[in-house]
Amino acid sequence: MSAETENPPAEAKPEVKSPPPKPAPKKPEAAPVELPAFEKSISDKLVEKFGDKVEVGFVKEDRVRINVGREDVHDVAEFIRDELNYDHVESVSGVDYPQDNEIEVVYHIGSYTESSLARQILVLATRAQRETNPIPGNDATKLPTLRDVFYSVEFHEREVFEMFGVFFDGHPDNRRLLLPEDWADLPPLRKDFAIKGR
Amino acid sequence: MTFTLPPGLALQKVDERIMTLNVGPQHPGSGHMRIIVQIDGDYIVACDPDPGYVHRGEEKMAEYRNYITNIPHLERPVIHDSCNVLYPYVLGAEELLGIEVPERAKYVRVIASELNRCIYIMYWLAIYGIFLGHSTMFMWPAGDRELLIDLMEKMTGARVTHAHFVPGGVRNDLPPNFEDVCLRQVNYFEKRIKEYAAVFYDNPILISRTKDTGILSRQDAIRYGTTGSVLRASGVDYDLRVKEPYDVYDELDVHTNVMKEGDSYARSRVPWLDMMESCNIIRQALQKMPKSGSVRVKLKPNPKTKGLESVYKRVESGRGSLGCYIVSDAKPEPYRVKMSVPSFRNLIALPNLLKGEKLGNMPSVYWSLNYWPVEADR
Amino acid sequence: MLKDLVTPENANVFVGKLGDILEKAIDKPLGYAINWGRIWSLWPVHIETACCSVEFGAASSPRYDVERFGIIEAFGSLRQCDLVVVQGTITRKMAPRLRLVYDQMPEPKYVIAMGACAITGGLYFDSYNVLPGIDGVIPVDVYVPGCPPRPETLIQGCMLLQEKIKRMKARKFV
Repeated sequence: MSAETENPPAEAKPEVKSPPPKPAPKKPEAAPVELPAFEKSISDKLVEKFGDKVEVGFVKEDRVRINVGREDVHDVAEFIRDELNYDHVESVSGVDYPQDNEIEVVYHIGSYTESSLARQILVLATRAQRETNPIPGNDATKLPTLRDVFYSVEFHEREVFEMFGVFFDGHPDNRRLLLPEDWADLPPLRKDFAIKGR
Repeated sequence: MTFTLPPGLALQKVDERIMTLNVGPQHPGSGHMRIIVQIDGDYIVACDPDPGYVHRGEEKMAEYRNYITNIPHLERPVIHDSCNVLYPYVLGAEELLGIEVPERAKYVRVIASELNRCIYIMYWLAIYGIFLGHSTMFMWPAGDRELLIDLMEKMTGARVTHAHFVPGGVRNDLPPNFEDVCLRQVNYFEKRIKEYAAVFYDNPILISRTKDTGILSRQDAIRYGTTGSVLRASGVDYDLRVKEPYDVYDELDVHTNVMKEGDSYARSRVPWLDMMESCNIIRQALQKMPKSGSVRVKLKPNPKTKGLESVYKRVESGRGSLGCYIVSDAKPEPYRVKMSVPSFRNLIALPNLLKGEKLGNMPSVYWSLNYWPVEADR
Repeated sequence: MLKDLVTPENANVFVGKLGDILEKAIDKPLGYAINWGRIWSLWPVHIETACCSVEFGAASSPRYDVERFGIIEAFGSLRQCDLVVVQGTITRKMAPRLRLVYDQMPEPKYVIAMGACAITGGLYFDSYNVLPGIDGVIPVDVYVPGCPPRPETLIQGCMLLQEKIKRMKARKFV
């Protein structure tokens, strides 16, 4: 209790003024489309490494979105952790697209250790095949788990499994988390699961 | 008697020494969840949290309601922190609908959000006190938080479920003479919470029960992706009000409270320091707020863009970083709303913290994670 | 004489009759006293089911202080409790547990349904995981409306329950 409010030396940052400094100075962009420079550099690094395996969804202020195929998502995640210094996943959300016959799983990845990335969220999206008649865990709706890359996805992926039926290959603990034990219906957040009266 | 359970069902081998104990959902030390602990004598060898007792399917319900009617049920996960839990949703909806918020509304939001943070932390502190058998620490915060609830009631008309933030500003302007009353109450409140040090934080019994229990190292706090007071108590200087200021937080002077120990004591002390910081922010906001002006612009029902559009906004709530991921398909209803809630993110630390602890330390470690089960279940 | 009357065959009948006689004997003179004792020592079970527990906690706070009306704070073991305050939404996962808690409590026991969700499902009327009210799970004595009810409303609900107990027949549970 001696150390009440002091900052740790590793995170020695200048006193926060108003407004706080931007993480990276924004250079004027030559291109006609004004993309934020720092965010552009993140997506450029990914494109440089993986080529056309990754598709840049958007580059906005503080947000970069990368779409990856399901076979490359593990490699891309390892690259994001090791080279780009992102260290934790904030949320894993599934989005159901019946018209594409796919279920999208979106990882929002952030960083605590790298101070220039404190504002940034890297959105890593991948898509799994969608089954019309799902048998959660025993059908083709599968994705490789990122739990060995980012430990923090453990409960989030369990939630996506029960809410969308996306089985994560290699996840150590693919059990039910939030739903009742005797839930026998469709995974509830799929679009074909209709709630009563609607 | 040894047997192996199917893979995924048991985290380790069960033998005769190990006893499995269900704590909750009807237990004074668990709240609305069940914690399955395996104990060897008095020591916990494995812990498996079982949330979901308040899973109400709010994300599914949000797909059937339009942007404005989503507000009342999206604040229910944390009714005593309802302004903060709505904040990222409202910010995201504003970006999707293309609404600019008036300056005065932003300040009103900051004041309401900081008052709500104090109300939340006071309730959390009251329950923390009663978990440790410290009845005074239930009565004092539970009584003092009524002061701020009075302020919020004056401002919004409801005791806990305010539904005050709407896309485009706040619902009502401040009542007349609110600034003076608010300043007076907040000053008294700050004086009052400083007295808690004598009865609670410097209490040798509390210190001996919480010091060096459930230590979360800095590396682990980052690896588990914990957030809020849990993260700051482990020595990571991360507060979204400073790092990614939303609304008018970049014009205010916000100080981040960090402790290095990472034990239950540090995790219980950081929210208390946060409350004093909130009082500072409220005073600054009252001073800088425009004295008059509109607090709400007209809501446009439809998103501005055609096709799929997604937005991820996050704010610092009473428990930590709270994110909201909204996908819109240009209809009046959102296509998907995902709340990335801090309680759910902090839950992952619980099995790792409890391993090797005594069973008697379970409530103090569990509640020091700043956990609100209703929010984690959504 | 009693020995001749009671044989192993009719012992049960005789004991039953004795119980009836006892009940009738104590109902009139002692009923008031028994009910009076029940009214002023209602022990709620510590089972929180949803967000209304915030207001339940506030009702025991110094400003509202539900204890002065004989509702003791919820810290007892459920074997010694006689009141369930269902604090809000009952999900499908919680409903069997609620019934289990209710079944383990000794008679007499009373139930207060607190909040709109416990009464009809409230805001979550169309959710897939929420029961439309708890009437299907346990019998309810008093409904306290609100979302969430203010602590004053909860206190009024408790006083209504006390009025109800006062008019109940004591022998029912002896």
